[in-house]
Amino acid sequence: MRKWLAAMLLLGFHGIAAAAISSYQFETAEQEARFNQLSQELRCLVCQNQNLADSNAGLALDLRRQIHEMILAGKTDADIVNFMTERYGDFVLYRPPLRGSTLVLWVGPFLLLLGGAAVLTLIVRRRMAAGEEAPLSDEERQRLETMVRERGEKQ
Amino acid sequence: MKMRYLIPLVIFAALVGLFAVGLGLDPRSVPSPLIDKPAPAFALPQLHSPETTLGRADLMQNKVSLFNVWASWCVACRQEHPFLMQLSRGGEVPIYGLNYKDERADALAWLQRHGNPYRASAFDYEGRVGIDWGVYGVPETFVVDAQGTIRYKHIGPLTPQVWRDTIQPIVHQLQGKTS
Repeated sequence: MRKWLAAMLLLGFHGIAAAAISSYQFETAEQEARFNQLSQELRCLVCQNQNLADSNAGLALDLRRQIHEMILAGKTDADIVNFMTERYGDFVLYRPPLRGSTLVLWVGPFLLLLGGAAVLTLIVRRRMAAGEEAPLSDEERQRLETMVRERGEKQ
Repeated sequence: MKMRYLIPLVIFAALVGLFAVGLGLDPRSVPSPLIDKPAPAFALPQLHSPETTLGRADLMQNKVSLFNVWASWCVACRQEHPFLMQLSRGGEVPIYGLNYKDERADALAWLQRHGNPYRASAFDYEGRVGIDWGVYGVPETFVVDAQGTIRYKHIGPLTPQVWRDTIQPIVHQLQGKTS
């Protein structure tokens, strides 16, 4: 019952979300797909951690209108992305282009990952090298046997 | 061997350094790609006289002018307004307005109540000129020179400090004064 209710709720919300996006009319389904794709990849500058599709800020509405008009006017995706970056800079792109200033952004995580892997290998290697345990002396073996025997008697 | 114990300390210090820099940055001020580029052309009806237009050419009649984006719904605009009034009374630099996504009646009433520091305001009802100028947070203030080039952009309310430290030197330089 509860699962069913949750599913119905989800369906309901899904309808609302879809309605917010597709309030624009397109000539083809392909145009609409491009619109959805673009508005998800462009950042809303007012509420900086949302994309244009998710945001209801006035500017996001205007920029969605702009994308819609440009798509209907036959502009390519590259044209539209250019239009946005000319005005708002690379910041509007959730996928910034690879260039000098964004190199750290693109390569940094992989460098950190490599560094982590290197440290890990180093530690594991060292442990393995130190892992050749020295054999027990006679005295130690006797102590071990007594301990095992005592434990066995208790149980 | 002792160096080993210094490693976490060094990493910690590096993190502290990064955070210190990060805290000093303002995530809301996104660098504009329009700086030192020609200002986007526009022609909009003026707020006070809709039959007359205001455009880039009007700004270029001055050696340097301020182009201030404002709206009656914008709270921070009220905050900077007294300073804009003071600046306009001083007559040091002409100020033009871009009334952004506003109702004409609201905008006119707002200027009536708080004073009008602008030589003229362009009425950008749909916010399209705002998009061309890369406006994303009102108020914003652009410094435009006689060639129609954007020399500087300030995001957020204009304060006496920002004026004195950053904008005034640019204005003076463009006016050919040695400050």
